[in-house]
Amino acid sequence: MTFGRTLAIARKEALQLRRDPRSLTLGFLIPPFLIVFFGYAITFDVDDIRLAVWDADRTQASARLVDAFVASGYFRVVDRLERYPDATEALQSGDALAVLAIPRGYARDLAAGPSPVQLLVDGSDANTATIAIEYAQGIASAHSRRVTLAERDARPTLVPDSRAWYNPSLDSRNMVVPGLVAVIISILAALLTALTIAREWDRGTMEQLVSTPVTRLEIVAGKLAPYLAIGLFDVLLAVGIGTLLFDVPFRGSLLLLLAMTSVFLLAALGFGMFLSAALKSQVLATQFAIVATYLPALLLSGFIFAIANMPRVLQLATYLFPARYYVTVTKAIFLKGVGIEVLWPQALLLSALASLAIAATVAVFRKEVA
Amino acid sequence: MRGPSPRHVAEMVRKERRQLLRDPRTRLIMFVAPVLQLLMFGYAVNTDIRDTATFVVDHDASASSRRLVEAFTTTGRFEVVGRSSRSADIPSALDRGSAVVAIEIPAGFAADLAASRPARVQIIVDGTHSNTATVALGYATRVVQAFGREQGRAGGDARVALRGIDLRSRAWFNPGLESRVYNVPAVIGIVVLLMCLLLTALAVAREREIGTLEQLMVTPLTPAELMLGKTIPVAIVGMIDLVLVTAVAVLWFDVPLRGSVLALLVAALIYILAGLSLGLLISTVSRSQQEAFMTMFLFILPAVILGGFLFPVETMPAPFRWLSVLDPVRHFLHVVRAIFLKGEGIAGLWPQYVGLLAMAICALAFSVLRFRKTVV
Repeated sequence: MTFGRTLAIARKEALQLRRDPRSLTLGFLIPPFLIVFFGYAITFDVDDIRLAVWDADRTQASARLVDAFVASGYFRVVDRLERYPDATEALQSGDALAVLAIPRGYARDLAAGPSPVQLLVDGSDANTATIAIEYAQGIASAHSRRVTLAERDARPTLVPDSRAWYNPSLDSRNMVVPGLVAVIISILAALLTALTIAREWDRGTMEQLVSTPVTRLEIVAGKLAPYLAIGLFDVLLAVGIGTLLFDVPFRGSLLLLLAMTSVFLLAALGFGMFLSAALKSQVLATQFAIVATYLPALLLSGFIFAIANMPRVLQLATYLFPARYYVTVTKAIFLKGVGIEVLWPQALLLSALASLAIAATVAVFRKEVA
Repeated sequence: MRGPSPRHVAEMVRKERRQLLRDPRTRLIMFVAPVLQLLMFGYAVNTDIRDTATFVVDHDASASSRRLVEAFTTTGRFEVVGRSSRSADIPSALDRGSAVVAIEIPAGFAADLAASRPARVQIIVDGTHSNTATVALGYATRVVQAFGREQGRAGGDARVALRGIDLRSRAWFNPGLESRVYNVPAVIGIVVLLMCLLLTALAVAREREIGTLEQLMVTPLTPAELMLGKTIPVAIVGMIDLVLVTAVAVLWFDVPLRGSVLALLVAALIYILAGLSLGLLISTVSRSQQEAFMTMFLFILPAVILGGFLFPVETMPAPFRWLSVLDPVRHFLHVVRAIFLKGEGIAGLWPQYVGLLAMAICALAFSVLRFRKTVV
């Protein structure tokens, strides 16, 4: 493998890319566009829960409880129900996400013992429902402390002192932006290269390439180089957008991020190229690339759904997807600010995947050419 | 201008069907990939918080502190993955990600409790996953409060401990609050859309690139017949896929299907038509396969995210909520979730049906028009 010949292939590939300005523009601009778009669109923060209230007690005490829900900022009263069975209609139609049901005798019971209050939630979206219940529990217990304290000075004996590290305000944007960078780049990477070798076969230029003295490894390396540059550029741009536009903290080292990105890109680009060489058809290669990267990058990478929650077999399967490591890497470098002493397993496994992808591409390639 | 002739359309359908079924690798993509995807992602789409990896630093090492840790683990929400007596081990456990929650019990914890002095427990969560962190913090706080109440009761403070509000929550439509039953129907929608786009987005671009488009143009087929011929076989594949993945969802993942199957099939048919019309539209506006693919990528990621698959549409800022009205995924996800979980029928969901139908018609009409323009 000579550097000069690899460079020549890279130049040829770059020239070819330049001639297709629309694809080139898309390659450069899709990631920053999507990051800005999603950075604004995605918030997991549940803070405007539509609440319907059925207050059969109609006392000052019950009104104060409803006020406590509204004052928390998490709930918005959208409806006052006349009858308890109306709760069904409110939840079924989706007009309300939760119903607070205060039975008659609430105020009386509050003075004597535990006063039962019911919260009915639309459980369809378990995640939102769980968070809504959490908020309601917090409001109810804070409110009951206030009510009981007003009468007697009984300090709670045990106080939890809770805090969230790395993201103290629990702002979902801080988690979304670094994860998104990883997801978008990993899908795009495979797509960029899925076409390169198949296109040469489709257009019949592969024979010309094979008749030159370049080796297979040189072709693969030369074809990877321009896309690696695009990928690195995109990541730099994404870091800029994340920190400047969205105020996401960047606590780690940029150099480490770029080094890890390069290894990750080699793995992701290499996989796309492997599909391209193995399937020899642009349509098939892109179809496989989309199926193998799009949803896995979104769902199996730990971006949104915790890998620890998956069954063992699926957890093992996630190790095959480069996106999995890269999501960990971006979150760790952006938010935790950790270095290679923590991220070495990711670096090692990504390098292994990258070598595997490139070796497989070269191997498949030979069979076809010979 | 005459209407499409059934014979011409049938011929075109025959050609497309052959082309679709010829390559075994394409058959793999069409029929095996969706089922495989649902099987994998059905397990993945789980936001339930169970067995959260928890690191315990117990400076007190007393019977009380051990009981508090036990109170955490018996909820099933927390699983102790490491213990230590040094505070400095917490940052390293959270940095490495080997634990998501850390509990630190200070020295003198048992003594404070016994003397009815306010005792403190520190709970630290990894905030990099804000959702999990919020819920885990809530659970942890409640465990500690319940423990405190119990201690207070044991100490004779029963009157106070029993007072206050007893909030009982009940979740409807999904009493176990399993995230899977909400997310699996959505995965059905995404997987089917992906298939429609994969099979159509390249359809015209490929014919143009390899030059067979000219051959098609010299035949007496009109653009409408061509488009119909390309649409019908993919629609059939889409419907087969839908039935397959729905069967996996119901039989394998035990997702309740409470509404009518007919309502689901009607919605799916309209949705699939909308999806593949959009695919054809992408195909007709792109000059090369690569371009078609990039455009498709640019379409599908926002479509999935704005559709309310990963997080509710209501939490989005207003402009994105308005934009999502144009997203077929949003309407279909609304429909499948309502049919599956709430047992709704077409009567309650007609705005979504109408919206999807309008999108399908617009996209198909536009791609026929657009195709005619490029041909002439």
